[in-house]
Amino acid sequence: MSWKLFLLLVQACGYTVLISAVSISVGLVIGTGVSAAMLSAHRGLSLAGRTFVSFFRGAPLLVQLLLIYNLLPTLGLNVPSMVAAVIGLSLCTAAYQAENLRGGFASVPRGLLEAAEMVGLSPFQQFWRIRAPIALRMTLPALVNEAIMILKVSSLVSVVGVVELTRMAQDLAASTFKPLQLFAAAGLIYFVVNWLVAMGGTALEKSFRWGKP
Amino acid sequence: MSLDFNLIWSLLPEILRSAGVTLLVWCCGVVGAVVLGFLVALGRRYGPRALGYALQAYVELIRGTPFLIQLFLLYYGGPFIGLSLDPVPAGLLGLAVYGAAYFSEIFRAGFEAVPPGHVEAAECLGLNRSQTVRRILIPEMTMLVLPPAVNMAIILLKETAVLSIITVPELTFQISAIGSQRYAFIEAMFLLACFYWGLVSLCGRLGSVAESRLSKFRFAHS
Repeated sequence: MSWKLFLLLVQACGYTVLISAVSISVGLVIGTGVSAAMLSAHRGLSLAGRTFVSFFRGAPLLVQLLLIYNLLPTLGLNVPSMVAAVIGLSLCTAAYQAENLRGGFASVPRGLLEAAEMVGLSPFQQFWRIRAPIALRMTLPALVNEAIMILKVSSLVSVVGVVELTRMAQDLAASTFKPLQLFAAAGLIYFVVNWLVAMGGTALEKSFRWGKP
Repeated sequence: MSLDFNLIWSLLPEILRSAGVTLLVWCCGVVGAVVLGFLVALGRRYGPRALGYALQAYVELIRGTPFLIQLFLLYYGGPFIGLSLDPVPAGLLGLAVYGAAYFSEIFRAGFEAVPPGHVEAAECLGLNRSQTVRRILIPEMTMLVLPPAVNMAIILLKETAVLSIITVPELTFQISAIGSQRYAFIEAMFLLACFYWGLVSLCGRLGSVAESRLSKFRFAHS
């Protein structure tokens, strides 16, 4: 396999990383909202949150992507396939992240919240200074896992016509008739990117050790 | 959303056949993955060091790359190294090889959770390796690995949808074909998503029932 083909794959990997990063970030925002809904005392809200999580964790991502990709135009939203892919991935990862965050928020010790109240922190300060940092530290390993998961499953957006790493490898394999080399190279690139993310996650976890005995 | 129930009725045999393919590929894939994964875990525990490294590399590579890429490599790359498979066997093999890497990690964790004292005691009593595995390790770890193993089986059920991309005639493949032929793609996909959702929820429920029913077999330490 020539060097030129490999560079094309690396370029396409940029899109894979971009799609994954945007989806993870959007998913974190949606997931925070969904986990708040799940933990809320309002019965309807918590049921809605749990249904959202159950559906997006229960149906295969491929089916979700095909559904969203075809559903958006009928709703009058003619968005590029890249955007449809990001919406699909974000909703899916939001469900997983909501579940992780729920665990994180639930694990904040009650005594800390009581202490925060005692020293006169407002609910807003309690959230940003006590609950959110602790929950984030608790869920960071899960978040890194989720990022790696999304990097891997982002290969499915090739089906809705986004030219990311997998689709590029497919196109090049078809035109050069060298599927073995191209898919192996694509797999290698995914592996290296995932490894880098895992390394970054470990470093981040180490720097997040504040407050631990 | 318009649903033509007569249409669904007329297509029912086709839909059921493809659902059968999904269930068949899933069940065989899970059994293959469990057996292969167990062998990998055993190889990593008892095998020579070189085998251990090779198996570790296999596990890391499978877990670090997308399932779709592995399938493409097997299905489109396979013929170039003399491995020409039809879609269904290729999908089955792909699913088993993919799942085995994850199952082997589950079993490895299970092996490690068995107290070393129990294994040493078995050795002291003169049990050989296969007896130790069959009579001590497997019974002690089964309850520990059940929840993650059920979880993995559910993940594999969802992964069977990916097999549609390499034209395995399973449910997602057939339903999306029917949906686009009849101009009812969105409805078809929505029903499909709900079908998987229901099946996944059912399996999760069965898993927790099994866990609570079998909890009496749990060892005191776990």
